Amino acid sequence: MLSISELTAVVDGKRILDGLDLEIAAGEVHAIMGPNGAGKSTLSNVLAGRDGYEVTGRVTLDGVDLLGLEPEQRAAAGLFLAFQYPTEIPGVGNMYFLRTALNAVRRERGEPEISAVEFLTLAKENMARLEMDPAFLSRSVNEGFSGGERKRNEILQMSLLQPRLAILDEIDSGLDIDALRIVANGVESLRSPDRAMLIITHYPRLLEYVRPDHVHVLTDGRITRSGDHTLALELEEHGYAPLTGSAR
Amino acid sequence: MTDVIDGLVEREYAFGFESDIETERAPKGLNEDVIRLISAKKDEPEWLLEWRLAAYRHFITMVEPDWAKVQHPPIDYQDMYYWAAPKPKGPAPKSLDEVDPEIRATFDKLGISLAEQERLTGVAVDAIIDSVSVATTFKAKLAEVGVIFCSFSEAVREHPDLVRKYLGTVVPPRDNFFAALNSAVFTDGSFCFIPAGVTCPMELSTYFRINAKETGQFERTLIIAEEGASVSYLEGCTAPMRDENQLHAAVVELIALDDSSIKYSTVQNWYPGDAEGRGGIYNFVTKRARAGARAKVSWTQVETGSAITWKYPSVILQGDDSVGEFYSVAVTTNLQQADTGTKMIHIGRNTSSTIVSKGISAGRAQNTYRGQVKMLRSAQGARNHTRCDSLLIGSDCGAHTFPYVEVKNDTASVEHEASTSKISEDQLFYCRQRGLNEEDATSMIVNGFCREVFDELPMEYAVEAQALMRLTLEGAVG
Repeated sequence: MLSISELTAVVDGKRILDGLDLEIAAGEVHAIMGPNGAGKSTLSNVLAGRDGYEVTGRVTLDGVDLLGLEPEQRAAAGLFLAFQYPTEIPGVGNMYFLRTALNAVRRERGEPEISAVEFLTLAKENMARLEMDPAFLSRSVNEGFSGGERKRNEILQMSLLQPRLAILDEIDSGLDIDALRIVANGVESLRSPDRAMLIITHYPRLLEYVRPDHVHVLTDGRITRSGDHTLALELEEHGYAPLTGSAR
Repeated sequence: MTDVIDGLVEREYAFGFESDIETERAPKGLNEDVIRLISAKKDEPEWLLEWRLAAYRHFITMVEPDWAKVQHPPIDYQDMYYWAAPKPKGPAPKSLDEVDPEIRATFDKLGISLAEQERLTGVAVDAIIDSVSVATTFKAKLAEVGVIFCSFSEAVREHPDLVRKYLGTVVPPRDNFFAALNSAVFTDGSFCFIPAGVTCPMELSTYFRINAKETGQFERTLIIAEEGASVSYLEGCTAPMRDENQLHAAVVELIALDDSSIKYSTVQNWYPGDAEGRGGIYNFVTKRARAGARAKVSWTQVETGSAITWKYPSVILQGDDSVGEFYSVAVTTNLQQADTGTKMIHIGRNTSSTIVSKGISAGRAQNTYRGQVKMLRSAQGARNHTRCDSLLIGSDCGAHTFPYVEVKNDTASVEHEASTSKISEDQLFYCRQRGLNEEDATSMIVNGFCREVFDELPMEYAVEAQALMRLTLEGAVG
């Protein structure tokens, strides 16, 4: 499914990712944890194709070389990024945005476009699961949304777009315990044998709700330790300090 | 992002074609003889000729205004034609079927075939090619309720008293340089009259077209809504590609008597010039309305074309409790320059006005909002709210805001908000991550920025405006 080897990323002469290797198979959920500044968000940005990084190495999704593709081509290939800070797009209705995105991806997959009526039914089903008020659809994308509403909106998009690979960048940040549970349930319901997930997080709390198959520790731009979900618990107890120390 | 900017600079004008209609012209230049010729060609009454000549005599004492934030080489007013008419290839057409096929084909290319308009949309179209109205539809249907919708020339012939009563009452011939020029040489335009208490049963629409080379266009439009009447008027324009700069100085006067309502919507997409700023229309327009007691006048404009736009649709809020609105989207790319805005003159008590201006600037274009809000001593309890938002695409363009506020009544309130922003990398990346290409993403973000204004357009125009915006930005990402 996803294969990353020797990935490096440089911004303004500073090396943020430094030879990162990672393999994720279909059906697996991996978590990447690490201290602030370890390169977690850079990893999600680089995988999704954001401008502004000098990137070397190799990344393939289902054998397709991702690094040569534009962001929208990566999305069409099945990559989805749930943003840490989803941006506002004033004046663009959430429903219109979601349907346009879904149809862009469907066109790419050779599927017929979805009508407004079909879309509404589909969106409402998914929103009910995320305990979202249908009024969200008529608001502008993320405009005036609370932190929790934005995160739920990200998960809603993921559930509509049904990606092959979902990258969740600090999806738990800024959520209270109830919102965290709802978001985590949403993520858990999307776990599937056809799908891989990469959960990037600072805190182990999310991983109590969405149990990962593998946990990796990212320090200084590379993966310095891997293990099963118990690694998350270990980190909670001892913090990252012993790891960052050993990496040098 | 860089691609978007490059693309915008390379944007080509999608409506650039020129139809081959034989044109009859007056000699180049402007003098009393030319004005007499225009008037004679149109079989005008003596009073109108005198009105034109008075305007001309004043015009020659005036100097072109230079306060707008636009730059262009001097305009030689003697090096232009002031009269051109499509030559009839036979007797004048009695119905659409008899209209010159060339002219029909031009409309077809623009996607505004009159037949289609008539058959499908129920919108009456008073089509103008150059200076003579070619066909007017739906007249019979409108006549049933007493609505008059015809070319200005026809109104002069058929309804001279109405024309004489209202012409120049909102924009006097001496109002400004371009209005004086228009008053002297205007050739045609539209006339609408909605009798008291009548709600016009359909949207009235005019498509203007500039067609003959080097023919300045001087349209004159007069809309009168009597007491309690209501009308929605649409004006849309596209023009063929050409190299010579063309002057366009229209005058639009709206008279909204007590308790009436006039909604005037414009989509303006004249040839903006090429990427180096060659060619393109100079659009110097005077549009003004007078609102009686409890009357409401709403201007909505979507300006994407022209090399230079100089345009300030205004409302004189004369009657108590009258309402004025101005909703504007102005897009400039390449070397286009727009200096546009509005004037809200509050005279009556409890008058209120709303101004929403969205300026979008790309390439090396300059986009200026210039607006005046005036609360006279009599404007007890008057209110204004103004919002000006500017969106910059790229780093070589400019956005400017010049609000002029004058308050002489201390119970009046004036609010002004302004913002300037860029399309953010965050927004673009977010959309692209969801599968939209750069072009679709840009278009979606810009349309979102303009949404408040588009929402004010009649339904079919809102769709057209979004398509136009898309087209404007499509060339953009090339």
